[in-house]
Amino acid sequence: MALKIVKGSIDRMFDKNLQDLVRGIRNHKEDEAKYISTCIDEIKQELKQDNIAVKANAVCKLTYLQMLGYDVSWAAFNIVEVMSSSKFTYKRIGYLAASQCFHESTDVIMLTTNQIRKDLSSPNQYDTGVALTGLSCFVTPDLARDLANDIMTLMSHTKPYIRKKAVLIMYKVFLKYPESLRPAFPRLKEKLEDPDPGVQSAAVNVICELARRNPKNYLSLAPLFFKLMTSSTNNWVLIKIIKLFGALTPLEPRLGKKLIEPLTNLIHSTSAMSLLYECVNTVIAGHDVNGSPFLPPFSLALFLFLRFQLCVQKLRILIEDSDQNLKYLGLLAMSKILKTHPKSVQSHKDLILQCLDDKDESIRLRALDLLYGMVSKKNLMEIVKKLMLHVDKAEGTTYRDELLTKIIDICSQSNYQYITNFEWYISILVELTRLEGTRHGHLIASQMLDVAIRVKAIRVFAVAQMATLLDNAHLMTGNVQRKGICEVLYAAAWICGEFSEHLENPMQTLEAMLRPKVATLPGHIQAVYVQNAAKLFATLLKNQEGNTDRTAAQETSQLMIDRLPLFVQSANLEVQERASCILQLVKYIQKLQQKDVEVAEEVIALFAGELNPVAPKAQKKVPVPEGLDLDAWINEPPSESESEDEQPKAIFAKEEPKHSRARHTEVDEKELAKRREARKQEQANNPFYIKASPSSQKVYQEAPGVEHIPVVQIDLSVPLKVPGLPMSDQYVKLEEERRQKERVEKKKKEKKKRKEKRGGRGKKHDSGPESEEDITPAHMVDIVTEEMPENALPSDDDDKDPNDPHKALDIDLDKPLADSEKLPVRSHRAAEALKSPAEDGDAESPASQEPKKKSSKEKREKKKDKDGDRKVSVKNGNPTRETALWMYIYGDKKSSKHKKKKQKREKEEKEKKKKKKHHHHHHHSDGGGEESVQNGTVEEEEPLPVSVCHQSFTEIDIQGNLQDGSQVVVSVIFENKCDNFLKTMEFNVLDSLNSKLQRPEGSGPHDGLSVPFQLPPGVSNEARFVFTMQSIVMPQKLKGTLTFIIKDSSTHEKLDFKLHFTCSSYLITTPCYSDAFAKLLESGDLKCSSVRLEGVNMPFHHLLARICFHHHFSVVERIDSCASMYSRSIQGHHVCLLVKTSGQTVSIDAKCDEPTLLGNVLDEIKQTFSQC
Amino acid sequence: MIKAILIFNNHGKPRLSKFYEHYSEDTEQQIIRETFHLVSKRDENVCNFLEGGMLIGGSDYRLIYRHYATLYFVFCVDSSESELGILDLIQVFVETLDKCFENVCELDLIFHVDKVHNILAEMVMGGMVLETNMNEIITQVDSQNKMEKSEAGIAGAPARAVSAVKNMNLPEMPRNINIGDISIKVPNLPSFK
Repeated sequence: MALKIVKGSIDRMFDKNLQDLVRGIRNHKEDEAKYISTCIDEIKQELKQDNIAVKANAVCKLTYLQMLGYDVSWAAFNIVEVMSSSKFTYKRIGYLAASQCFHESTDVIMLTTNQIRKDLSSPNQYDTGVALTGLSCFVTPDLARDLANDIMTLMSHTKPYIRKKAVLIMYKVFLKYPESLRPAFPRLKEKLEDPDPGVQSAAVNVICELARRNPKNYLSLAPLFFKLMTSSTNNWVLIKIIKLFGALTPLEPRLGKKLIEPLTNLIHSTSAMSLLYECVNTVIAGHDVNGSPFLPPFSLALFLFLRFQLCVQKLRILIEDSDQNLKYLGLLAMSKILKTHPKSVQSHKDLILQCLDDKDESIRLRALDLLYGMVSKKNLMEIVKKLMLHVDKAEGTTYRDELLTKIIDICSQSNYQYITNFEWYISILVELTRLEGTRHGHLIASQMLDVAIRVKAIRVFAVAQMATLLDNAHLMTGNVQRKGICEVLYAAAWICGEFSEHLENPMQTLEAMLRPKVATLPGHIQAVYVQNAAKLFATLLKNQEGNTDRTAAQETSQLMIDRLPLFVQSANLEVQERASCILQLVKYIQKLQQKDVEVAEEVIALFAGELNPVAPKAQKKVPVPEGLDLDAWINEPPSESESEDEQPKAIFAKEEPKHSRARHTEVDEKELAKRREARKQEQANNPFYIKASPSSQKVYQEAPGVEHIPVVQIDLSVPLKVPGLPMSDQYVKLEEERRQKERVEKKKKEKKKRKEKRGGRGKKHDSGPESEEDITPAHMVDIVTEEMPENALPSDDDDKDPNDPHKALDIDLDKPLADSEKLPVRSHRAAEALKSPAEDGDAESPASQEPKKKSSKEKREKKKDKDGDRKVSVKNGNPTRETALWMYIYGDKKSSKHKKKKQKREKEEKEKKKKKKHHHHHHHSDGGGEESVQNGTVEEEEPLPVSVCHQSFTEIDIQGNLQDGSQVVVSVIFENKCDNFLKTMEFNVLDSLNSKLQRPEGSGPHDGLSVPFQLPPGVSNEARFVFTMQSIVMPQKLKGTLTFIIKDSSTHEKLDFKLHFTCSSYLITTPCYSDAFAKLLESGDLKCSSVRLEGVNMPFHHLLARICFHHHFSVVERIDSCASMYSRSIQGHHVCLLVKTSGQTVSIDAKCDEPTLLGNVLDEIKQTFSQC
Repeated sequence: MIKAILIFNNHGKPRLSKFYEHYSEDTEQQIIRETFHLVSKRDENVCNFLEGGMLIGGSDYRLIYRHYATLYFVFCVDSSESELGILDLIQVFVETLDKCFENVCELDLIFHVDKVHNILAEMVMGGMVLETNMNEIITQVDSQNKMEKSEAGIAGAPARAVSAVKNMNLPEMPRNINIGDISIKVPNLPSFK
C-alpha cells in the first residue's frame, strides 16, 4: 500500500505543477496563447484521472490560468471533486479555485451544500476555516438558507479562529438570505463582547456594515458601542465604531453630545492619523445636530462651535500638509462639512482654489467637488472664470470632462440660484462648445435648451448666439474627434426654430440649416434640423408677406424645395419622414403662393403655442385617482387567438396601457363624467382631503401666460449682438462695473439716509464686502418652474434603487422574534427527496449521531449559551423605549431632570397601552441545535384587572426539553408598567398531580420561587421556570400567583394567573425524510384517527404553514392538494398527519402511538381553524 | 467593504487578482488593465487614493494603492473603509508576505500565487477585513502549512526534491524587490493591534 503511494507520487513528480506552468509561460513569450492551450489540454487529461492529487494539481494550475483571463468554468465539477477531498492540502486548493471562479449562476454549486456542511462541522479547525473562506466568496441564496443555521452554530465555536470567520461570513448570509438577520442577530450582538479581540472586531465589522445602510435599526446598540469605544484599544475596531457613530448621530441628537468627550479624548491621545481623521469626521457629523430643534444649552453650543472651528482648522492643517494623502483626506472631510456648514468652508476658498492647481488629479477632483458648494452669487463668475482657465490647460480628457460637468453643475445648481446674468451663462456654454473631444455635448445642449425655455428674458440673446453657432457649424462637424460636441447643434437648431421670431436674420439661419453638410450629422440632429427649418420657414413667410414682398416669399419656398430632397433621401427614417412631409407641404404652399393666396397665417398656425417645461418625473407623480384600478381589465381579456394577432405589434407594447385608457374614456365618457362629479363631491365633503387650491390650477391652465410677471429690463451696456463667438470674460468685467455702480448709488442713498438719521447705526455695507442680498441680478429673470401634475405625490423614494440588496436588510431588530422566524434547520426539500438512498443515508447519519456524541463539555457550553440568550432577549422594545434605555445606562451621571422626563414618557406610554395583551414569541436558538428545541406558542394570560399595579406578563413561552422528556421550561417576561419599583417578586404555581414546578431542594411543595431580579419602572425582564410533567397526553391549566412589593408603599401585592399547557406545546418540530416516514407508517404500531374541517377557505400552503407554525409540524412531502406531516413529542411519540383538501373541506388523517395525545392535538388543530 | 484586491507589476502583468464580486473573466482583465492604466500614470509623490475607473466603482468607491518597487498593490474599497486604515492594511499585507517568503520579491508572487492567496485569505474574507494582527496571521498560515507538510509525509519528499531541482534552473532574475530596503512614506500610523 505504502509502496503504491510512493510509486504514485513518483509518477506525479514528473507532472507539470504550477511552478512549471508559470515557468513554461514565461519561456514562451512569443506564442503564449498556443502554449497555454496545450497546457489546458494536458490539464483536461489530468482531470480525467482518478488520482485526487493529480486532479488537485490540475485545478491549482487552472486557478492560475483563471487569473490570466481564461474561462475555467468548464472544470467546475472537478473543482467540487477536489473540494471534497479528505486531505486539507487538496481541499484548500479546491476551495481557492471555487472562490475564484464560482458565482451565483454556477450550477454545480448546489452539489456542494452537503460537502460544505460536512466541512463546517469538521473537527479540524482549518477545514472549517477554508470552507468558510471559500463560502464567503460564492455564497448563493440557496446556500445561505441551507447553511445559515450551521454557521450560526459556529459563531459559538470554542476556537476564536472559527468564531471570527463565522461572524464575518454572517454578513454575506444576511445579504443573500435576509430572513436570517433577525434570528441571528442576538448572537451577533453577543459577539460584540467576545473575549477574543479578533471575534469582537469581526462582529463590529459586520454590524457597522449593516448599520451603514439602515442606521435607524441599530440605534439601540449605541450604548454597547459606546462602551466598546471607551474600552477598546484596537484602532481598527475604533475606526469602525467611530464611523458607525457618524451614521447614527444624525438620527439621535443626544448621541452627538455624548460623543464629544470620548472623541476629544481620542483626538488628543491617539498617535494614529487614521483614527484622528475619523474622529474629526464624526465630530463634524455630530455637530450638525445643533442646527436641529434639539438645541443644547447655549454654553454647550458655544463650546461645540469652538471645537468645531478647531476641527476645521485642523483640517486646514491637513490640507496644507505636504503629505498628499492627508491633503486629499482633508478635502474629503471638508466636503462633508460643506453640506452642513458652507460658511465655515467658504472662508478657506483660497486654499481650495490653490488645490485646483495641484499636480495630483485626485486632489484636483476633490477640490472641484468642494467648489460646488462654495459658490455664491458674488463669486460665481470669478470661480467659473478660473475653472475655464483650467479647462484650457487641462491635459487629459477625463479631467477636462470632469471640469466641464462641474462648471455646469455649479451654475445650474438649485435652479440657477447663483446666476445673476444669464447672458454670461449662455456665453460660457457657447465657449464650452469649443472643447475638443468632450463626451458631454448633450449636457451642454440640455443646459442651453433649459435656459432658453425657462428664462424668457434671455431668449433674444440665446437665439442670436445659437444662430451664430449654426452658422459656424462646420467648425464642429469637420473633425471626427468632435463628434460628441455636435449634440449642441441639436439645441441650437431647436432654439432657433422655436423662438424664430427673435432671429435677427432668419434667412441666413435657414440657409445654414439646409446646407448639404448637415447630412453628415447624426440622424436625430438632422431630424431636428428639418423640423425647425419648417418653423423658420413659417416665420419667414409671415415676415415677408407682412412686407408684401411676394417674390421674396416665393424665393424662400423655392429654397426649401431645392434643399429638402437631400433629407428625403436620408437613411434615417425619422429624417426621411419629416423631410418628405414638409417637402409636400412647401410644394402645396408654393402652388398657393403662385395663385397669390396669403398663406403665412395658416402656416404659422402649424407651430402655434408654446411648449412648457415639464419636470422630469412628472409623469410618475401623477396620483392614481380614487377608484381606478390600473391592473383591472377594461374590456374582457382578449382571447388567445387575438393576442397572437397582436404579436407583431409588440414594439408598441409599452404604449398599450395608454391606448386602452384612451379607449376607455371614449367608451363611457358620460359615465366617467358622472363619476368624476361624484368624486369631487366626496372630496369636498371629506375633511381630510387636501384640495388643490383653485388658484394653482389656474396657473397651470394659463401657464403660457406668465406674462404678468415683470419681464426684463435689459441692461443697455451689454451689446445685444456679439460679433463672432462671445467672450464670457467681458461679462465679468461688465458685471463688476455694474455692481460697482450699484454700490456707489447705494452708498449715496445710505449717506443720505444717515444724514437724515444721524443717531441710527449705519449698516456695514460700505466697509465690509457686499453681502449676498445686495447683488441684484442684471436681468429681472423669471425662471419658469417645471410643471408638475396636479396633486403630485411627494415621493422621496425616487432615487432608491429597488435592486439594492441592502434594502432587504432594513429590518426592525428590536421586535422580539416570532416563532416562525427561525433559521431553517436541515430539512428536506423537494430537491432532496429525489436523492439516491445512499446519499440520503449519508446525509442523515450526522444528525442522528449528533445527540449521542454530545460530550459533557458541549453541554456546559450550551448552558452558557442559554445564559447569553437570556441576556440578549431582554426586550428593549420600541424606539421610544430605546432612548429610555440609553438614558438608563448613562443617565446616572446626569441630574434627575432626565428621570422626570422618563417618568413622564412612561405615563404616556402606559396610557397608550392600557394593558394591552402582547403576543410575543421568543426564539431560542441553541448551539446544540437538536437537543433542546424551542417550542413555545402557548400563552395564556388572563388580563387581570389590577387596580394598584400595572405589572403584567407579556410573554409566556413553554419550551420542551428533549433530553429529559418530563421537563418543560416556561419563560416568563415580566414587564413593569407602573411608576414604581417592584421588588421581592415571588412566583408560585399550584402543583397538580401531573405537573410540578421544580423548586430548589429543601423547599416545601407550596413555597414560591423568588424571581431573581427587581423591576424598575418600565423595564421588562425574563425568568425561566422548570416544570416536571408526568404525562403529556392531556392539555392542562395551572393556576398560579405572583406576589411582589411595591417599593414606596411597601405593601404586598398579588396577581393571579393561569398557565395553559396545550398538547401542541409538547410537540417539537422534527424533520423527517419520506422513506423514514413511510417506514414509520408501515410499522403498524400507530393508532389511527381522523378529523374533518369544513369551511376552510385559505390556500393549501397557508393551511400547511398554519399547522406547522401553531402545532410544530414539518411537511414531509406534498403532492398537489395532499401533504404528509410529521412531528414528535418531547417524550418521543411520533405524530403523523395526512392532510387532504378538496374545496373548502379539509380532512386530516392522523396516526400516533398515543391515541389520547393524538385526539388532543387534533382538537387543538380544529380549534385553530375554527378561530379563523 | 473591499470590492477587489489587485497586484500587478510595473508593466501591468497581473500577479494576483481577488474579486469579491463576480465579474466575467473578460471584465476582470479589463478592470486590471484599466486600473493599471489609472495607477501607472501617477507620479511617485502624489496621494495614494484615486477615484475608481469606469468599470469598477462608482462614486462611493475609490482605489487605494501602494507601489513597492516593481509591484502595485491596489485595493478597491467603498466608503465604509477608512482610507488610511486600508493603506496600513496594505503595509501589513506586504510585511506579512515578507515574513512568510523571507524577503519577498516579485518572483515569489509569480511562482506561488496560491500561497499568496492563502495568506490573503487570513487577512480579508469575502471583502471584509478579518485580521489585522500580523503575528496572528503568520501563526495561522504557518500551522496550515505545517498541516500540509504532515499530510504529504514521506510521499511528498520525492516531489519536493524534484521541484527543488527544477527550481535550480530558474531564469536568474535579481531578487530586486526586497521590500525591507525600500523606504515607503507612511503617515505615522502605528500598526494595528
